[in-house]
Amino acid sequence: MGIIRSLTLMLIALTMVSPVAAQDQEDDPGQALLINLAEARPAQVEEAINAIATSGDVRARSWLDAYGSNRLSQIKDSGRIVIVLNNRGRDWTIADPLTGEQLGEMSRRELNRININNAIRGQLEGTLAMLDLDAEDRKVRLKSAEDMMGKVEAPLVEPLEQRLEVEEDAKVRERIAAALAIYRVGEGDVEAVDVLAGSLHSRARAALNNAAASDNPELVTRATQALGTIEQKLKLNSAAETLYFGLSLGSVLVLAAIGLAITFGVMGVINMAHGELIMLGAYTTWGMQQLLPNQPGLALILSIPAGFMVAATAGIIIERSVIQYLKGRPLETLLATFGISLILQQLVRTVISPQNRTVVTPEWMSGSLVINDALSLTLNRMYVLGFALVVFFLLMLIMRKTRLGLEVRAVTQNRNMARSMGIRATRVDIMTFALGSGVAGLAGVALSQLTNVGPNLGQNYIIDSFMVVVFGGVGNLWGTLIAGLSLGTINQLIEPWAGAVLAKIIVLVFIILFIQKRPKGLFPQKGRAAEG
Amino acid sequence: MSIKKHVKLGLSALALSISFNSVAAEDPIKVGILHSLSGTMAISETVLKDTVEMLIEQQNAKGGVLGRELEAVVVDPASDWPLFAEKARELLAQEEVDVIFGNWTSVSRKSVLPVVEELNGLLFYPVQYEGEESSENVFYTGAAPNQQAIPAVDYLMNDIGVERWVLAGTDYVYPRTTNKILETYLMDQGVAEEDIMINYTPFGHSDWQNIVSDIKSFGSAGKKTAVVSTINGDANVPFYRELGNQGISASDIPVVAFSVGEQELSGIDTGPLVGHLAAWNYFMSVDSDANYDFIDQWIEHTGDEEAVTNDPMEAHYIGFNMYVEAVKKAGTTDVDAVKDAIIGVSVPNLTGGYAAMMPNHHITKPVLIGEIQDNGQFSVVWETPSTVAGDAWSDYLPGSRDMIADWRKPLFCGTFNTKTGKCGASAGEMAAEDAE
Repeated sequence: MGIIRSLTLMLIALTMVSPVAAQDQEDDPGQALLINLAEARPAQVEEAINAIATSGDVRARSWLDAYGSNRLSQIKDSGRIVIVLNNRGRDWTIADPLTGEQLGEMSRRELNRININNAIRGQLEGTLAMLDLDAEDRKVRLKSAEDMMGKVEAPLVEPLEQRLEVEEDAKVRERIAAALAIYRVGEGDVEAVDVLAGSLHSRARAALNNAAASDNPELVTRATQALGTIEQKLKLNSAAETLYFGLSLGSVLVLAAIGLAITFGVMGVINMAHGELIMLGAYTTWGMQQLLPNQPGLALILSIPAGFMVAATAGIIIERSVIQYLKGRPLETLLATFGISLILQQLVRTVISPQNRTVVTPEWMSGSLVINDALSLTLNRMYVLGFALVVFFLLMLIMRKTRLGLEVRAVTQNRNMARSMGIRATRVDIMTFALGSGVAGLAGVALSQLTNVGPNLGQNYIIDSFMVVVFGGVGNLWGTLIAGLSLGTINQLIEPWAGAVLAKIIVLVFIILFIQKRPKGLFPQKGRAAEG
Repeated sequence: MSIKKHVKLGLSALALSISFNSVAAEDPIKVGILHSLSGTMAISETVLKDTVEMLIEQQNAKGGVLGRELEAVVVDPASDWPLFAEKARELLAQEEVDVIFGNWTSVSRKSVLPVVEELNGLLFYPVQYEGEESSENVFYTGAAPNQQAIPAVDYLMNDIGVERWVLAGTDYVYPRTTNKILETYLMDQGVAEEDIMINYTPFGHSDWQNIVSDIKSFGSAGKKTAVVSTINGDANVPFYRELGNQGISASDIPVVAFSVGEQELSGIDTGPLVGHLAAWNYFMSVDSDANYDFIDQWIEHTGDEEAVTNDPMEAHYIGFNMYVEAVKKAGTTDVDAVKDAIIGVSVPNLTGGYAAMMPNHHITKPVLIGEIQDNGQFSVVWETPSTVAGDAWSDYLPGSRDMIADWRKPLFCGTFNTKTGKCGASAGEMAAEDAE
């Protein structure tokens, strides 16, 4: 992201056509405009920005963009203004804002950043939005019209009205009209309330809320009415939103638990290091991104097979070195694997770092899918939800349709019988454990997009994973899916009125009570397997 | 190892000590470092251990203190609160260290308090905390609430015009106490009760969808809204991610955080967070020569060009230098003499000013508000005109309003009630009582 931005900045800087030669810098009107901005007192900054915006200079846009992203600096000695292309580390790459010429690196000590704060950035967004309103690209116009909402002030009204007359795109027209209406409602215009009546946009609602609290009785009744209809619509949207939140949390639970459903559910091994296998998957994603620093998306996709392999290999090592010797001794297995989990955590701390690692979210996974103004579904979680379902059905397929699945089921149902049929039980154990561990690695790859990648990653999921598997019914993959999704949804339903802390406790109490009633979970195994 | 090797090692050690004997003629000054190097808190505390080690190296290069070399004694309390007390005992009773630099969480400090008071040790505590404490043996070089939370809220109220407040925090003592102080303070300033929303989440919370959505709808009531966040450590990364994904920009609803520094930001892409705020007493981006020198030394010490510095590191820098000055002033490392000498000692901080040790064992600090930038650093947008002295007992809590701490004679008390004129139990006694 940062790299992309600096690249675009560099491009802007490079493509700027400059009619002036370097020695004419003093005469360049741009120089005076920039110095004016750099040396403006807080009260004069707005004026200085407007001077640049209205100068008609083709480079004005790039200067304001650089200023908005904190990249305009002044050299302490000479007072010269520069654009900082790369502001990481101790030496910054700088370029001339007038010619776009690169000036090499300069120590951070020599540069004075030209300060910008939220208030100025807000004004700047308004100014830039006004510049963008005439843009060719419909998307740019739409965004600028949206940025305008709630930022319109008296001098902007006329140009906006003019734009509204020539604008052809219905969506953009709607936004501009809403932006104007918000301003007018603020000024006490009763008619403008109707324009906002159907809007779900939070700034429109804010304007109506303010109007409903004003002293004009007519405005108050109209605004209250409008808010009433909006509330109705919002209720529906928020129900849909909560459902999505629940499914999304549920998919995370399913992903974390599904590997455990194999190792614990099918094989009966209590593997406390399951969380650390998830962590290994997440670290693989980080490692992959280190190898391919400029392609976070590709690295993420490659991490899916790599994360599986890394975690599966770790699983095989754990199985061969510890678990196989502790067969049928659950307490010892629990303690031994708990020890392994601590060892793995500390290993990561010593070898890599105790600090969290940055895993970049690829462009196509950030942001959200906007359904309407009140309902937008975050993309990263949507991908994770889809990924969880894919992993689940693949696993289902392996267990049901492949020879490995058949052998696994045979060995878990009756080990001795399976062996006398010629199945190599030890090999099946290894394969099963590797499969479950590999799936944990996949969960780690997905979780790296949602949470911290650090040595403690696994600890946060181990309890939840066991909870889901036990609740769903040990040994039943469908149970894990249904349990994960329903626990996620229940949690998100309770959270708004009980708070996050209490919601967790309530869910836990609920499971305990449930297990009292149905000790074998939602979907108990039936038939002979249940006695085994 | 064979005996031969032992002898060899011993001989070479002897040779070394002979060649460097000019400084090491006397016993070294032992500096205990009590920071978790494993467990959950290792993420924050390991850099502090490295900081103290670097400071010791530098001091030794300058010839030590009083002609004596400094020697670091590092122990690992492993993020385990009772183990902090044991390790503190080990440092003071067995290793006989002269001073301890350590702790991060308040609960670990409370666990150590009875031990340092019983064995009469010296502890420098570098992290911002909830206040309501002043121990004879502890020096608080991090911020008290009046050096961080209150000025930040003032800035939002006066400069940004915020009228509606979300107080979001992790569910433990620091956020709860800070939010209690802030709630009283906001109500005193005329903020209505329905304009304050308080929310707590468990440690390491990672699913922020619902809470961020709540904040969004709370903020669309027409009044300018801000979030004051005391969310701890790791949980911030998914919180900020969710804010970015749900499209809450800093110009709509700014978030001001008290526990998010350069270290935490180095774990995320800060592009979508530009403009959100943090309040600290130091930022890595501060434009001062002392700071640039410190960063250069730190990068050299860690060997990592990307290494960042943060506020608790500056606190250790100040605390370490104060200790050195106090020892020089007292002419000895005797604990009681240093305790007396250090009050009033003033040393340069990294932001271009001076920090002084107050009689209540807190220090003076400037308060800075910074906005997050896309390179993971903060740009300072506001600062207090002068330094602020740390207040051990908050003026905004009913029980603590009448309390003062003054470790000069004749008062010599951390819990003096000005109404009753009596000195209460010591901080260590109170902590021990709470633990039971």
